[in-house]
Amino acid sequence: MYEGAIQDLIDELSRLPGIGPKSAQRLAFHVLAADTTDIKRLSAALTRVKEEVRFCVLCFNVAEEEKCRICRDPRRRDDALCVVEEPKDVVAIERTGEFRGRYHVLGGAINPLEGVGPDQLRIRELMSRLSSGETSELILATDPNTEGEATATYLALMVKPMGITVTRLASGLPVGGDLEYADEITLGRAFEGRRKL
Amino acid sequence: MRKPLYRDHALVLRVQRLGEADRIISLLTRTHGRVRAVARGVRRTTSRFGARLEPFGHIDVQCSEGSSLDTVMQVEGLSLFGRHLLEDYPRYTTASAIAETAERLTPIEKEPTLRLYLLTLGALNALAEKERPATLILDAYLLRAMSYAGWAPSLRACAVCAEAGPHRAFSVPAGGVVCPNCRPPGAAHPSTDALNLMNALLEGDWGTAQSTDVKIRGESSGLVAAHLQWHLERGLRSLPLVDRRESTT
Ligand SMILES: [Zn+2]
Ligand SMILES: [Zn+2]
Repeated sequence: MYEGAIQDLIDELSRLPGIGPKSAQRLAFHVLAADTTDIKRLSAALTRVKEEVRFCVLCFNVAEEEKCRICRDPRRRDDALCVVEEPKDVVAIERTGEFRGRYHVLGGAINPLEGVGPDQLRIRELMSRLSSGETSELILATDPNTEGEATATYLALMVKPMGITVTRLASGLPVGGDLEYADEITLGRAFEGRRKL
Repeated sequence: MRKPLYRDHALVLRVQRLGEADRIISLLTRTHGRVRAVARGVRRTTSRFGARLEPFGHIDVQCSEGSSLDTVMQVEGLSLFGRHLLEDYPRYTTASAIAETAERLTPIEKEPTLRLYLLTLGALNALAEKERPATLILDAYLLRAMSYAGWAPSLRACAVCAEAGPHRAFSVPAGGVVCPNCRPPGAAHPSTDALNLMNALLEGDWGTAQSTDVKIRGESSGLVAAHLQWHLERGLRSLPLVDRRESTT
C-alpha cells in the first residue's frame, strides 16, 4: 500500500477491465514519472470522452452528435444492416473496407449465466429498425464464440420470419475468438464468404 | 518447483473473460469436483485451444495446480455439445440453466461429485441429441440434482407429517405436497397430472413424462423452478432466461 494520491490512482486503474494490481501499479508510476503536458492531455481526453461522446440514437455506435458518422453518411447503403456486439467491432469491420451498409450495435451478447438475455441488449431497437422494411440483408457479425453464436441464433430465429435474408460471417474465423483479434484479411474474407442462415 | 499436473474428464460449465486474452474456465470434472482453471491466450485467433473450451463441451483436460486458480495445459474434445446446442436457441438457454445449477450445487471447489457429474453429462448429451423435449430434460435434471442435494420435493407423502398421499396441496416452503391438516396458508393446488409428471421425471419414467401436454409441463416447470429458487440463496440468473419454445430446428 502506498499513501494518498498514488494509491488512489492505483485503486482506480485496477478497476479497469484487464488491469490487475501489478499493471495498475506500473501504470500509476508511469504517470508519476511522465511529462506533465502528456498527462494533462490524457486527463483531458478522459474527461472529454464522458462529456462529449454519446451513443448514436439509431445504431448505438459511439457518436459525437445525435447520429454517428456512419448513419449520417448519405453514400452508405440502407438495404444492408450489420449487427455487431460493441463499437470496437464497427471499427474492425470498417478497416476491412468490405462493407458499405449500416450497423447496429447490440451492446454485448446473450449470456444467460451472466443474466444477459435479449431484453438486456438493443434487440427491441433492432426489430423496430427492421420493421421499416428498408433492410433486405441482415449480417450477423457477432463474435465467433459461444455468446456471439447464441446471439446470432436468437436473431435469426426472430428475423427470418420477417422475410429478411439473414447471413452470418464465414466460419473461417477461428471459433472461440473475439472479432477484434481477427486481422483485416481474415475478417474481410469472412465477410465476403458470409453464408445464408 | 514443478507444479503438480492432473488429468481428468470434464464438462465446461462457464467461461469468463480474464485480462486481455485469457479466460477462466469453470469445469465440472469426473473425479476432482468443480475446478476453476485459467486458459491463457484462448481469445486470440491463434489459440491452440480453439473451440474446445467453449461452454457445455465434454473434454479430456490436463491442468496444472496453482495456489488460487489452476491452469489448463492441454485439452481434447470428447463431445463438443456446445456446437449442436448453439443451433437451437431454446436448447442453448436450457443448457445454460443446467450448467448454472451444477455450479451452484457445488459451492466447494475440488470436492468430488461423481453422481452430479454423470447426471449433468447425461442431461447435456440428451439436449444435444434432441432425444426429448428440452423442458422435460431440464426439469428432470433439476429434480434429480435437488434430490442429490437432499432437497427433492415430496410428491406422494405429506412433506410435514409424512401421511401417505396422494395429496393435492403443494407448498414450496413446506417441501412438497401437504395433507389437509398440515397445509400452510398460501399453498398451491397444482393438477394431479402436474404432480404425476414431476414424479415421473424424478423416477425417470419417460413414457409417462412424454405423454403430457404443454400446459401440464408448464405447470410442473413452475413448481420445480419455485422449489429450486427457494433452496438456493440467490436465484439462478439463467433460469428466467430459458426460452420455453419447443425446439426450433
Ligand atoms: Zn449510427
Ligand atoms: Zn401432513
